[in-house]
Parts: sequence; C-alpha cells; structure tokens
Amino acid sequence: MKLYCLSGHPTLPCNVLKFKSTTVMLDCGLDMTSTLNFLPLPLVQSPRLSNLPGWSLKDGNAFLDKELKECSGHVFVDSVPEFCLPETELIDLSTVDVILISNYHCMMALPYITEHTGFTGMVYATEPTVQIGRLLMEELVNFIERVPKAQSASLWKNKDIQRLLPSPLKDAVEVSTWRRCYTMQEVNSALSKIQLVGYSQKIELFGAVQVTPLSSGYALGSSNWIIQSHYEKVSYVSGSSLLTTHPQPMDQASLKNSDVLILTGLTQIPTANPDGMVGEFCSNLALTVRNGGNVLVPCYPSGVIYDLLECLYQYIDSAGLSNIPFYFISPVANSSLEFSQIFAEWLCHNKQTKVYLPEPPFPHAELIQTNKLKHYPSIHGDFSNDFRQPCVVFTGHPSLRFGDVVHFMELWGKSSLNTVIFTEPDFSYLEALAPYQPLAMKCIYCPIDTRLNFIQVSKLLKEVQPLHVVCPEQYTQPPPAQSHRMDLMIDCQPPAMSYRRAEVLALPFKRRYEKIEIMPELADSLVPMEIKPGISLATVSAVLHTKDNKHVLQPPPRPAPPPSGKKRKRASDDIPDCQVLKPLLSGSIPVEQFVQTLEKHGFSDIKVEDTAKGHIVLLQEAETLIQIEEDSTHIICDNDEMLRVRLRDLVLKFLQKF
Amino acid sequence: MPDIRVTPLGAGQDVGRSCILVSIAGKNVMLDCGMHMGFNDDRRFPDFSYITRNGRLTDFLDCVIISHFHLDHCGALPYFSEMVGYDGPIYMTHPTQAICPILLEDYRKIAVDKKGEANFFTSQMIKDCMKKVVAVRLHQTVQVDDELEIKAYYAGHVLGAAMFQIKVGSESVVYTGDYNMTPDRHLGAAWIDKCRPNLLITESTYATTIRDSKRCRERDFLKKVHETVERGGKVLIPVFALGRAQELCILLETFWERMNLKAPIYFSTGLTEKANHYYKLFITWTNQKIRKTFVQRNMFEFKHIKAFDRAFADNPGPMVVFATPGMLHAGQSLQIFRKWAGNEKNMVIMPGYCVQGTVGHKILSGQRKLEMEGRQVLEVKMQVEYMSFSAHADAKGIMQLVGQAEPESVLLVHGEAKKMEFLKQKIEQEFRVNCYMPANGETVTLPTSPSIPVGISLGLLKREMAQGLLPDTRKPRLLHGTLIVKDSSFRLVSSEQALKELGLAEHQLRFTCRVQLHDSRKEQETATRVYSHLKSILKDHCVQHLPDGSVTVESILVQAAAHSEDPGTKVLLVSWTYQDEELGSYLTALLKKGLPQAPS
Repeated sequence: MKLYCLSGHPTLPCNVLKFKSTTVMLDCGLDMTSTLNFLPLPLVQSPRLSNLPGWSLKDGNAFLDKELKECSGHVFVDSVPEFCLPETELIDLSTVDVILISNYHCMMALPYITEHTGFTGMVYATEPTVQIGRLLMEELVNFIERVPKAQSASLWKNKDIQRLLPSPLKDAVEVSTWRRCYTMQEVNSALSKIQLVGYSQKIELFGAVQVTPLSSGYALGSSNWIIQSHYEKVSYVSGSSLLTTHPQPMDQASLKNSDVLILTGLTQIPTANPDGMVGEFCSNLALTVRNGGNVLVPCYPSGVIYDLLECLYQYIDSAGLSNIPFYFISPVANSSLEFSQIFAEWLCHNKQTKVYLPEPPFPHAELIQTNKLKHYPSIHGDFSNDFRQPCVVFTGHPSLRFGDVVHFMELWGKSSLNTVIFTEPDFSYLEALAPYQPLAMKCIYCPIDTRLNFIQVSKLLKEVQPLHVVCPEQYTQPPPAQSHRMDLMIDCQPPAMSYRRAEVLALPFKRRYEKIEIMPELADSLVPMEIKPGISLATVSAVLHTKDNKHVLQPPPRPAPPPSGKKRKRASDDIPDCQVLKPLLSGSIPVEQFVQTLEKHGFSDIKVEDTAKGHIVLLQEAETLIQIEEDSTHIICDNDEMLRVRLRDLVLKFLQKF
Repeated sequence: MPDIRVTPLGAGQDVGRSCILVSIAGKNVMLDCGMHMGFNDDRRFPDFSYITRNGRLTDFLDCVIISHFHLDHCGALPYFSEMVGYDGPIYMTHPTQAICPILLEDYRKIAVDKKGEANFFTSQMIKDCMKKVVAVRLHQTVQVDDELEIKAYYAGHVLGAAMFQIKVGSESVVYTGDYNMTPDRHLGAAWIDKCRPNLLITESTYATTIRDSKRCRERDFLKKVHETVERGGKVLIPVFALGRAQELCILLETFWERMNLKAPIYFSTGLTEKANHYYKLFITWTNQKIRKTFVQRNMFEFKHIKAFDRAFADNPGPMVVFATPGMLHAGQSLQIFRKWAGNEKNMVIMPGYCVQGTVGHKILSGQRKLEMEGRQVLEVKMQVEYMSFSAHADAKGIMQLVGQAEPESVLLVHGEAKKMEFLKQKIEQEFRVNCYMPANGETVTLPTSPSIPVGISLGLLKREMAQGLLPDTRKPRLLHGTLIVKDSSFRLVSSEQALKELGLAEHQLRFTCRVQLHDSRKEQETATRVYSHLKSILKDHCVQHLPDGSVTVESILVQAAAHSEDPGTKVLLVSWTYQDEELGSYLTALLKKGLPQAPS
C-alpha cells in the first residue's frame, strides 16, 4: 500500500492511495497562493497599476521590465495569474480509478486532472460539494475571463533568471508547471464526471474496496472518507470541524479502528479562536460604519459568509446598523444564497428543524426580503444605480488579485475612514495587500478557520485510536513563526509519518486476510473438531471461484463415473493427479495402544523394540516394520498393498488431519 | 434452514392500510403503518395484535420503516407507537419526516373535530410519535444494529417517497412502497441498482394498466378543463394536498400562461402554500429540470393559482378548484362536490385511485345517485372524468423495476387480487422467478441458503490464484486449507499455518515398499532403466535421475539395491510420504509390473 503525495499544501491536499488493486486520488486541491506573485487584475483601468515602474536587475539590466513591476519594494509579475497544480509527473494519472472529493475547496484542480491527464475514472462527491464547487469555479473563471490580459509572462520562469529575482519570486516552487485558469467548458466536462454520493453510502470499487463519505462538519456536504476492504481500513480526514456552525456535525465514531488515518486540512490559524474572531469582525465593522467609513470583506461566495450574515442578522439592529446597506457582489451571489437554502439534509439539527416548519434554514432569506442585504453579479449594471455609502461589501476574491474586490481596494484604499476586514484564512493578508501599498485604509485581520486545531486533533486521535497517522510534514513541527509552541503540532504514538510534495510513502501495514464466501452446500459438509478449548478446526477441500474480485468456495465436484464403453484405456489415464493434496497430519502415536489396536485387527507375532528416539514395531510374519517416533511414523513393508493400506488406516486413526 | 417470512397486515390483495411484516435472518421489520380510507371502524388500522399477543411491540420489532407520507402508508403510526406502544426506531426520509406530522394532524382533525370520534390519537401523540423518527438520506446505509442495515432509494411518486432495501448479511429484501417509473413534471423516476435481493415486495396498484403516453393524458386533461371553462362550467379536481396537486398545478399554470386564460384557479386548503414551501426547500428531491432552473425560476411559485375561500364556490362563472381530500370521502372536496354535482355544465376530474367505499369510488363505478348522511340522496349530473395521474408504476413500470433489481422472487401488495393474478403470471413467465400475493394475515415463507463469509489468509489465496484463475470444468483444482473457528470468527488458512498457529508439530507418515525386479544388471543400470521407464509414462510429472543413482518422481524416492541372496533380482525401494499417497501407491503398482525390455 502506497501513498503518492502530489501537493505540499496541507489544507489543499492531493494524494493518491494505492490500495489492493485500486488507485484512489484523495482530493485535488489547487494552490492559489501562487497568484499572490502577480499584479491584481482591475475591472476598470487603474492608472496606478499601469504606471508601476518595471523592475531591473541590480546591474541595471532592464530586460524583464515588461514582465515584472515593482510596487513599494515588492516585485510582481504583470501577467494573467497562474496557479500551482498538483504534481502530475509522480504517477501516471491516467491510471487513477477514482477521485474522492472531501469538500468544495479541495476540488479546484479537478479540471486540470480530469481533462488533461488521460484520466478516465469516476469522481465521487456529495451534492452540495458539487453544486457549491461549481459556483466557486464559475466565479473564478468569470473573474479571470472578464478582464482579458494580453500579456502572458514566461521569461521570468527561466531557471537561470528566476535565481536572480528577489524573494518571494526567487523561492517560488515548480513555476514551470504553473498554469492559467481553466475554461468553463473544461469545468463542465470535469463536473460531468462526478457521481453524487450521500453520507454513509457504501460505494464498491471493483468489488475489491469500499469507500464511504462521512460528515466532516466543516462545510455544506463536506466529507471525510473511509477506504476499506474487509480486513483493512484507511480513514482520510480532510477539512473537519467540531464547531457548531451550519453544517451537519462531524461523524467521529465511524473513524474508529483504522489501520491508517491520513490527516489533512487542519486549521491554518491555530492560535485564533473563530468565535472571538467573529466578535471582532462585528465590532470593527460597526465602528467603521458609525464613523462614516465603508467596510470591505474579501470572501469566497459560500461557506463562512453564511455564518457571518447570520451573525450580522442578529447584530444589525442592536448595533444600530439597520440603515446600512450590505452588498454581496459575485457572479454567483444569487445562486449561492439560493443553494444554501435547499440542502436541509446536510445542515445541523437546528437548521433542519426550521425546514420542517417549513421555513428557510438561513436567515439571510429575511435579510434579502427586508432589503438589508442586496446581491449583484458584478459592480456593473444595477449595482452602480443602487450603490450608497457608507456600506458593507462582501466580494471576492480573497487573494485580492482578481474579482470585484480589486475595484473596491483601489476605490477605498486612499481613505483611512474605510476598513478592509480579512476573514478568509487562505492567504497571508500582508502579501495580499502588498500591490496596494501605500494604503491609508485600515486593515483588520480576523481569520475565521473552523477546521480542527491541535487540541481537538489530539483528542480525536485518542478517541478513534488509529494504528498509524500520516500527515503533511507541516503538522509534525511547530509553525516556523512560533517555533517554541510545541503544542502546535501533532502529538501521537507511534509518531505520525509525514509527507511532503512529490514524495511516495509506503504505508506501514501488511494485508493478511481476504474475504471469501463458503457456499452453503460446502459449509454443510464441513465437520469442525474441537482441538483446544474454544478452537475448532475443519479441513476444507473446495473449488475456488473468483469473479469481480469476489471469491467463492464451492464443494468439490463428485468424481466423474469411469468412462463406460470399450474405449481403449491409455496408460496415462490412471496416473493420479499430484495436485490432489492430502492433508497434513499432527499428533503422536502411543505405542502400547497402537499394538493393542493391531492385535484387535488380527495381527499377531508383534514385537516392539525401543530405539533412541522411539520404538520399532515389528510384524515378523509379514516382514514389516513400523518405526514410530514423536513426530514421524515410517511403514516399511514388502509390496503388499492391501497390508500397507490397512496399516496406514490404523495409523491415521491416531492422528489429526489438517 | 433459515428463511424469510412475510405477512401483510394490510395491503395484502388490497389498496390501503399498507403494513407488512418481514422476518429476515432473525430480524423483524415492519414496513409502513397505514390507515384504510374505505373504513371508519376498527378495520381502518392494521391489527397489531397479530404481531404479539402479550409482549411489547418494541421487544419484537427491530425497526419500522415508512416509505412516504401518504396516510395509507403512515396514518396508523401514532396509534401504533403511542396507543398500542412502540418505542423502537422509525425510519423515513427527511421530507417524509417534515410532511407526515402535518397530514396526520389534518387527518386527526377531520376524524375528531368533524366526525366527533372518541378514542383517537391526540396532537401530543403525533408529536411524541415523531420523536421516535430517525431521518435517512437516499443511498445512506443505516446500521439499525450490528447486523441489520437499511438503505433508501428514490421512488418518485411523491416528495420524499423512497424504496427501502433491508439487509442482514447476504440476505436482503426490497420494499418499493409506492413508486413511479416515469419522470413527471416535478419528480424524477424511481431507480434502484442491480442489488439482487432475495425478495422484492412491490406495489401493484396498476398491475394491469399499461398507460398511454403521458403527454396524451395531459392533453386530454387540459382539453377537458378548457372546454368546461369555455362553456362557463366549474371544474372540481379532488386531490391530496401534496403530490399530484403540485403536478397538476404546474400543468395548469403553464397552460394558462400559454393560452392566456383568465378563469380563476383556486387551491382549497391553507396547506397549499405551506406545501409549496416544502417543495421549494426540498427541491433536491424533485426532477432534474426543476433542480437545474430553480435559481432563475422556482416552479413552485404559481402566478395563476390562488387560495380558495369557501364563499367562492357559489360565485358565478367558470373556475377550476383543487380541493382536498382526493377520494371525495370527507372535507372540502366533498362539500364542493355536493354544491356542484347537480349542474351538468360542471365537471369533476378524479386524477387518482379511489379506494372502495369512498364517494370517489362510487361515482367512478358509474353510480349517479348517492346516499349521503341523513338519508339524503344526491343526484350527480355533472360530468365525471377519471384520469390516472397517480404516480404509480403501471404494469410496464413494475416489470421494469423487477428487471432492474433482479430479485430471486417477487411479492405483490397494494393492489386488487384479480389484477395481481394477471401480473403474477406475467412476472413468473418473463423472469422465471416465484411470485407471491398473500392476503392480509397470510404468511409467505421463503427458504434461503446464505453463504458463510470467512477470512482466507492472503498467502493461501494468492498461492491458489497463482495456479490459474480460470477453473477447468473437467478437472477442477482443489483448494486445501484448514478452517479455524475461534470466538465465532472464521479463518481459512493453509494447513501449515494452522499447525503453526496452534503450536502443533507436523507428524510425518512415510511409507517404504520393497519391489522386487528380475534384473541381473548392475544396480545403476537398473536405476537408469527405471528412470527412462518412468520418464516415458509420467509425462506430466517431474522425474529426475539424481547423481547418487536414485530416481525421484516429484518427492517420491526410488532406489535400486542388490538382493541379498539372489543376484538376478534387484530390490527397488519406493519411499513416499502420506501427502503423496496416490502417486506412491500408483508407482509401486507400476513398478511391480516390471520394466519393459531394454532395447538391445
């Protein structure tokens, strides 16, 4: 059993598990932090961005000044942003049988895998994961495609040139494999390969392996996966949460008794408490608006935004914000808000109960009805007519490199009355802000990451007791910025096995058993004998049938009647098949009883001699001797088959067959 | 011999009061718990005393499964759980769990408030009963206990309707509830995988009907409604609040829109708006088209259909009214029917099946003079039309489902005996499986022979598979091993491993036979002759001539020695272990016959 690690990003994993005869890809996360190296894509021509100076080498050589621009001491690539794909060379991806998706954030690389690697397998995901994943992809494609950029920089990627660049460009990994965004056509084709599954559904792969998604509590439809055969169990934990937000709670019990537990997707901000962050978010928002400033919240179109809107729903009136407009701007804003209301079966109990009434599970329905929350596909069109300040704007993309958020950064960045509040934990906010410096706007960092923290993980591991834990190497040491915090790492026994990008791990367990069915007719013919207290044995001789990786034992066929008719017999017809094996024997033969038995069966003139290791029983009349030792019996006789067979059967009476 | 036993307490050769007991591998499951619309006495509920006379139901039943929210499938549930007494789990889908209590409450109100029945279940009982419900999702494998698992499949029919697979070990039963094999305007078609159950229990409402194309039926329906409205008549369509109602609403809504019609359409009960809310929130249970477009246009927001007020019934002019309940056995639909029945311009369209004893059934069977309460006689002059819009599978659909699931046998419920008989023959002919149709209280017993799962050591299995995957039918290879039974775990291992595990030593049993040969040549030459003789006969075996002069066949050793007394005789010592018994015995017999004359 092997694990091929194709992504080094701990929260955007992409691993391939080879288990029995199947090849299973676990998630295909897309590392978008690569886009931080690029200049933002403004919706409206931005003089500031287009007038940034080109970058030149220390010796004054300016041959890169078309591709690289400098802003407040940072260097950015002036090109269509590109993403860091999972490793595609480590394993032939056309051999992948299935891809299991655990949540909508972990499927963003799917079109690259399914459309460009010869992949012909099946993808499994829950319905909310697919629907919301589609929205995230649609938004991404839309953000990139609506501002076509003529330039596609590639010179800087040359290894010899990259060495000369300043950090972080110099240290960016695998830049030659960075790719531009996919198209909507590729997205549709990729999504059409997905088979919808539900929590606790058992899915058979080729009869060899069973996979089951379990609720992971992190997002709508988010799942962990069990990959198991009858005797081995691998748990794949990815993006799980124990907090009570909107999704169904995490199913922990089903993770028990795993041979291997692969642990990814822990919180990226282990030191921040999500509840505290939400409080800070609300108070900073209120403070800014009261002072007449605007609030910008860079966000994804689904997920935490539902919780934020719910908090604001309770907070707005008490904070006196009833007259402040809240705008949600995304090409998929409407769909996201609508979809959130129809997944009753994937929600926490409280929200489910509301649906039974029947009422919409999320209160943003009411915010929309009362006109407090308005949503628009983009800043163009209706929004420009309705736009009132001060206001609160939720919009993407959290990297601040594309999407409507770029416009608001340019628009509001110069005034210290305004605030940008970062809630999404995927991007370093300082790096995100770099191309907008110098900035007068206030920046508040309230990362809300509901995924498991290290205390919760160690409790979880104690509870479910996996034999082995496998995790990204980042989790086996404290974060680089807090190297003294030994509590911010995974602590388990035996120590977790760690992986990094492009590594292949041999997982430490050996398969020993496989399930086989004994047909009822055969089972009836078996005669178990108790060998030791509580342990019975039965020898089995049967015909093995294997079909679709399922094994069945059937009773041996009755010996065919000897061919009738006068057909001439060939000599070889009599030759016994040496494949018909006799059972092994065990036990020992007590000499005295054996001799008594012989006498009972009409043998006389029996003589017993003692030897160093046992006895020799002589049948003088028949010129036959039987050597009996602890672990062996040797019958030496003349060629009298009848006699030999009689003696054999008498000896066998004292022995057990296996 | 283990077996599966099935006893219908209701819906055996009948429609209504669905309730079927299934015993499978020692587990007892009750499928549905319905009421009968045709009765108002004891017969309306299943006879639960059949299950156990003295014991508690909870001890006897492992679980109860409700297929969908129609009252003939769940109407007796509060009576069963709260009045008779059952505290075990009750499984149903989320939409069923949401809608079921509302219909039960509605049913209770009609029975208690309108008909003044005493000793009926109370609102509190409905609430307490629903607390015992465990919601399941489609395709989720629910582990009722360590052995019993159930799984729901999409059934169409109404929102949240499901078919259920009940499985213990390798034995399984599938119960369809009510289902529909053709997608309609708001629901998808039922689907099940090739799960090969021991038994498929299927409804058979339309066992003999092969319905004409749905489009024709719809056109017909619209034409009749349109004509009646055009000539100023009123159209009454008795429906149940959830289910066909939404289907027909969508149909009329789009027709009104397209034809730009002005006649009002009403929907009778306050339930409607609520009902439509359920459809909006559970839109994932509707058909693909509605799911795909719901963000742009929600099909359950109707422009032309408005809430009905009792006073509207006397308004002049044409109108279309959807009124509950669907079989004209009580409530608003019956009230409106009485008002409009006398006018031949009007029309009543029965869009679904009507149970015997209901007014709906009477007028459909041609009765035009109805005896109402208080000896009143109501003369029916309005036109009566029947159009099968019930979302049940027709004969073709039932056959299709049987083909999908590939059961070993089929059992029919929820249909009329005569029609069942016809379908039974058809199924037995086409699929060559047994088909049963027990009456209520009658038990069908099916013997099963489950295979026994054991763990085989991978070493043994691989050794065996390496010998060739395809068994030769003429000369099948035998697998030998030892089955170790310990603490009810079964493991099949190689004999060597079994010995080792139990700490036992192998006992070697060896035979050596002396065979005398007339041969005056030297021992070495005799050995060579034996070698070439054996080599020529035993072509499939490994025959070797070793440097020390001995000959081996597989692991059997043949040595030539001089005779102590007779130089013209040589003694062959043939030695083998018990494991080579057949071959050793064969060799001695062969050698005893002597060697062929050596070519000189």
